[in-house]
Amino acid sequence: MRAGGSHWFAPAVSVVAALVLAIVPLPDSIAPFRPDWVAVVLLYWSLIEPRRYGMLTAFWLGIVLDTLSGSLLGQHSLALLLIVYLSQRLHLRIRAFPASQVATLVIVLLALYELVLFLIDGFAGRYVPLVERWAPVLTGGLLWLLVLVVVERSRQAAEARM
Amino acid sequence: MSGPGKAAGMPGRGEISLGARFVLLAAVSLTLMVVDHRQDHLSRVRQLLTLAVYPLHAVVDLPFTTWSSLASAVSDRREMIRENERLKTQLVIAQYRLQGLNALARENQRLRELLDSYEELDEDRVLIAEILSVDLDHYSQRFIINRGSVDGVYPGQPLLDADGVVGQVESVSRMTSEALLITDADHAIPVAIERTGLRTIAEGTGDSNLLRLPYLTNSADVVKGDRLVTSGLGDVFPAGRPVGIIEEFVMRPGQNFAHVTARPVAALDRDQEVLLVWHDVGEGHVEPAAGAVLK
Repeated sequence: MRAGGSHWFAPAVSVVAALVLAIVPLPDSIAPFRPDWVAVVLLYWSLIEPRRYGMLTAFWLGIVLDTLSGSLLGQHSLALLLIVYLSQRLHLRIRAFPASQVATLVIVLLALYELVLFLIDGFAGRYVPLVERWAPVLTGGLLWLLVLVVVERSRQAAEARM
Repeated sequence: MSGPGKAAGMPGRGEISLGARFVLLAAVSLTLMVVDHRQDHLSRVRQLLTLAVYPLHAVVDLPFTTWSSLASAVSDRREMIRENERLKTQLVIAQYRLQGLNALARENQRLRELLDSYEELDEDRVLIAEILSVDLDHYSQRFIINRGSVDGVYPGQPLLDADGVVGQVESVSRMTSEALLITDADHAIPVAIERTGLRTIAEGTGDSNLLRLPYLTNSADVVKGDRLVTSGLGDVFPAGRPVGIIEEFVMRPGQNFAHVTARPVAALDRDQEVLLVWHDVGEGHVEPAAGAVLK
C-alpha cells in the first residue's frame, strides 16, 4: 500500500465537511446547483482506497444523509451503494483512464445517483422537480475536477518537499 | 465517522465478494425504506439518529446565530431607537385591538351562557421556537426548530407566527423537531373562507408563496382577496387563524373544480422564530384526523 494510506484523518475531515456543506443554507438562486458533496467525496475515497472505504461506508453515510434531509431511511444509502459498487467494479480500469474520462464517468455515476433518489421520491409520492434536479450532477462533475487539481497539486508539493 | 471505525475491524471482509456485499446492503436499504414508508416503527430509530446528528445541525447553525447576535450587538444606536419607537407604536395598536377583542370575548361568553352551551375558552399555551439555519432539501418545505420532546413538543403540533399559520411539527427528537410548512407539496390544511364560512382544503404547492385550493366548484362564492382562516376541522390547528388570501379564482368550464390559488399570510420564507401552540383538542385524539395530516 501507499505510504500514508493508513491514517483516517483526511477522509474523516473531508466527510464531515461534505456533510456540513450538504446542509448549509444557500441563497435561493444558487441552492439548486448545490453539488452532491457527500457522493463526490465518497467516490473519491472509494477510488483512492477501495479496500478501506466501500459498501459499509456508503451505507452508513447514506443513513446519516437520510437523517439529515428527512428522506426515507435507506434512500441515500441505496443510491450511494449503487455508485460505489459500480466505481469499485470498474476500479482497476478507472485507474488507467485519463482524468477527463474519469470525470465523465463520475458525472455518469452522479446522474445515476440522482436518478435513484428521483425514482424513490417518485414511488414515495414526494414532490419531484424534473428539470432542476439534474443541476447538481454538473456542479458535482466540476467539483470532481477541482478536487483532482487540488489533490494533485498538494501531492506534488509534498513530494517536492521530501 | 462511522466509515473508518467500521472499516478498521473488518474480519472476513475478503471472504464476501463485492457483489454479494452490494446485494446484501442494498436489500437492507430497501427493507428500511419500505418499513419507513409504510409504518411508524422506525420513529424511535429516527429520533436517535436525529439526536446523533444534532452536533452537525448545531455546527451549521452556529455562524448564523453568532452573526445575528453580533449584528444586534453592534447595530446603530439611532436604528435601535427607531426600532423601539416602531415597536411601541405596534404594541399600542395591538393592545387597542385586544381591548375590542376582550369585550367581544366577554360578550361571546355571555351569549353562550344564555344559550346554555357554555364552554371554557382556554388560553392556548405557547412557546417561542427558533428556526435553525439548516437547509434540509431544497425542494421540500421543511425546517428544523430548536425545541424537542424535552419541551413537550408533539408530532402534529401547530406552528404559527405573528401573521398566521406557518405549518406543523412532523417529527420530534429530543432537542430538535422537524416541521413542515403549509406550502410543502405534502401538506394540506382544512380552511374556511372567512367571508362566507365555506369550508375547503388548502394544499401546498412546493412554492412558499402559493397555496392551492383544488376542491372549490366553479359556482363557489369566492372572489380574489377573500381571507382564508383555519376551520378547526381535523383538530390539528386552532380554529379561526389566518392562513392566506385568495389570489386567483378562475372558472374551468367543463371541469368539476375551479382553479383557485392563495397566498399565505405568514412570513413563511422570512421567519426566524415561530410560535409553538399547545392547542387543546379533547381526549382520544391520538392520531390527527384525516384531511389535516400529511397525505
